[in-house]
Amino acid sequence: MPVPSESYPGSTNRMNSTGSPDTVSNCLPRLRLSGITKAYPSVVANDGIDLTVLPGEIHAVLGENGAGKSTLMKIIYGVVQADAGTIIWEGIEVDIESPADARRLGIGMVFQNFALFETLTVVENIALAIEAGRAGPGLSARIRDVSAKYGLPLDPRRPIHTLSVGERQRVEIVRCLLQDPRLIIMDEPTSVLTPQAVDKLFATLRRLAAEGCSILYISHKLDEIRALCHKATVLRAGRVTGECDPRKESSPSLARMMIGSDLPHPRHREAHAGKPSLVVSHLTLASEDPFGTSLSDISLTVRAGEIVGIAGVSGNGQNELMAALSGERMQADAATVKILGTPAGRLDAAQRRALGLAFVPEERLGRGAVPEMSLADNALLTAYREGLVAHGFIRVGAMRDYAVGTIDAFGVKAGGADAAAQSLSGGNLQKFIVGREMRQRPRVLIASQPTWGVDVGAAAQIRQALLDMRDAGAAVLVVSEELDELFEICDGLAVIAQGRLSEVKPLRETSIEEIGTLMSGSAA
Amino acid sequence: MLKLEARPEPSRVAGWLSPLLAAAATLVVGYILFTALGKDPSLAFHAFFVKPVSTRYGIGELLLKATPLMLIAVGLAAGYRANVWNIGAEGQLTMGAIAGGGVALLFQDSTSALVLPAMLVAGVVGGMFWAAIPAWLRTRCNASEILTSLMLVYVATLTLSLLVHGAWRDPEGFNFPQSKMFSDAALLPILLAETRLNIALPMALAVVALAWLFMRRSLAGFQMRVAGLAPAAANYAGISGHRTVWLGMLIGGACAGLAGVGEVAGPIGQLLPTVSPGYGFAAIIVAFVGRLHPLGIVSASLLMSLLYLGGESAQINLAMPSAVTGLFQGTLLFFLLAADVFIHYRLRFVRWSRRAAHA
Repeated sequence: MPVPSESYPGSTNRMNSTGSPDTVSNCLPRLRLSGITKAYPSVVANDGIDLTVLPGEIHAVLGENGAGKSTLMKIIYGVVQADAGTIIWEGIEVDIESPADARRLGIGMVFQNFALFETLTVVENIALAIEAGRAGPGLSARIRDVSAKYGLPLDPRRPIHTLSVGERQRVEIVRCLLQDPRLIIMDEPTSVLTPQAVDKLFATLRRLAAEGCSILYISHKLDEIRALCHKATVLRAGRVTGECDPRKESSPSLARMMIGSDLPHPRHREAHAGKPSLVVSHLTLASEDPFGTSLSDISLTVRAGEIVGIAGVSGNGQNELMAALSGERMQADAATVKILGTPAGRLDAAQRRALGLAFVPEERLGRGAVPEMSLADNALLTAYREGLVAHGFIRVGAMRDYAVGTIDAFGVKAGGADAAAQSLSGGNLQKFIVGREMRQRPRVLIASQPTWGVDVGAAAQIRQALLDMRDAGAAVLVVSEELDELFEICDGLAVIAQGRLSEVKPLRETSIEEIGTLMSGSAA
Repeated sequence: MLKLEARPEPSRVAGWLSPLLAAAATLVVGYILFTALGKDPSLAFHAFFVKPVSTRYGIGELLLKATPLMLIAVGLAAGYRANVWNIGAEGQLTMGAIAGGGVALLFQDSTSALVLPAMLVAGVVGGMFWAAIPAWLRTRCNASEILTSLMLVYVATLTLSLLVHGAWRDPEGFNFPQSKMFSDAALLPILLAETRLNIALPMALAVVALAWLFMRRSLAGFQMRVAGLAPAAANYAGISGHRTVWLGMLIGGACAGLAGVGEVAGPIGQLLPTVSPGYGFAAIIVAFVGRLHPLGIVSASLLMSLLYLGGESAQINLAMPSAVTGLFQGTLLFFLLAADVFIHYRLRFVRWSRRAAHA
């Protein structure tokens, strides 16, 4: 248990007065964790973690899924309390009981998923989220000041639902900056940004660091960490496994620290594209969600033996397109979507699967898998045509064999076929779902964000499996926000922006810059 | 300080313990209630829970009343597992009684062995028909089946009332609102001598076993469970939402209809303005106390049946109001819902000192 400090952690003023003069505080670590331990009933999330962050330092926390990054950040931000260990903030031992405590100390956090009210304006959202004392008249003016100062243009009067995802992140960052933080925690901030927006964010972060603000940067994107961070702490299975200067490391060496072994490299052979397997023509579909994106005149062809990628910033119609292709939403005109030559627009998801379609959705729990059910039951969910059912009754043995076969073939770490889907880590459940879909030998495979939030080792495995599907003659469509991934595995690329899809371009005729420009929606 | 803390995963032990905890808490409330009414609690408990089942006839009555409860509850549970909220089993029971009773009155003079099977089929069809109306309204007009099935209860009971006051009234019945007594061929054979227990009980147990087989071992049952647990996953797998609603409603209606015909062809033997003391509603409690699980439902139906008998016995022996039965049922459901919190949360004692240190 952390020993309660004798001084009240929230009283910033008092700490300044008892603290040292500025010249000395530059050598004093901004934040120092020692021996932080947090155990959950099933897993030790943090096991004696030491971490030191200096003023003005951009410090990366790197690790696979489930390595304990999120738990550690939650402890620093006061969302959960550590079982053991001490937190020393600017030389004084503190006890952070809640996010409010953390904010009073000068710790801010920008979350991966933005908790913003769609129908309220920027200034209203910020007023709701910051302490009462800081809200009030003048807030709009201060938002303008801060956003201008740090190159984060933002109109305080605009309603949130009119903002792009990048702009929403700006709202979160500005909200955080308004509280004059001296340490900002950023949780996977670039996963929703275009490459150009990432560059702008990095410029802002570098400027903040130059002014003395410390930044804890959580990410699994090794290139970004190498480009941005001054120092990296690597976590594996709840322990610190290394510290390094990422500017002096290579991506493979960082990955090795993170997963403890070398990354497998996908083999990418030349595609031998065959006949069109999935043909979408002039698909226009109004969104069911008032703040969703309607699809407008989308046409697309995926041929057997090729992988087509769809790039785009999230929220530009990817979800709507996936639901329309998978059959979760049907179309009025059967000819809009053709699967292996059969008009399928008016078929539901099960009927489209019967034609040879398989789909890996973005959400694993609750859509790709039923959280409470066992892996065996979850195998039955879509693979029941694989001989798992006879005369309407479940063949329990065959169902378990299919689950066990999938677990073995894809190296899923799980407590067997009876383990509940929700007991698996995100990456392992994703491997199970990908495996379940692929083992049905689909002729058309659609995968949405196949490696989102999956650790680098599992991601490499999933990419390789997608390439193997392609080489076996399947038509593969991949939607991803990670351009590196798309450039690694795709044969052709299209960009979705504001519900419109660009033409598919062969990979060697395009570049990351061109795709990035298309993603921002500025060119047709 | 006590604090509720979310469990990392739902506790199975608490899932089974919760009904027992609820039953115990109900008894405590009963104790307080009896004391407040000036009755000796031990005498009252004896009258309520022991006396009714201290004779062979009493045991027969216990099983007799448990039969429709388990039958209806197991049918409702199939729908509830799929998020199909059929609240109108009482109406489907009444329709089953009307349809089955109609067949009995039509073949009043027949001694054929086919009369009884025909009545049972008619009862099932009647219940299914009444459940089909909310199912159609839900799938066609997206009307909430909770409201429509409940409202149809009143339509069904008034229809029965209309018939026994009018067209189907026994002309030799001294103007009482009741039908003719059914012929012997239209009555369910007695199972246990010197009691009213009839073969509806083994039929109900067979239906419970079939329901288990359907929900656990058939693809359609599996898909209904998926629809209840994760609607987005059901949509993803192409499980038809309409079929789920239809199956959920029809299974519930069929079981309630069968229970209805079982009542009129069993202990009642004719059609009366009221053929059920609220079995259709009590079965909702039975389904949840039994955790929507067949074995749990059988046990819960026995408990609920005992509450019915105990209530009657308390009226006779202790001159207590008949409302005591409903009160016990409600208390039981209330505590069950409260105790269910412990499936997902656990109590933790938190020291005051940490917060105080900051003060």
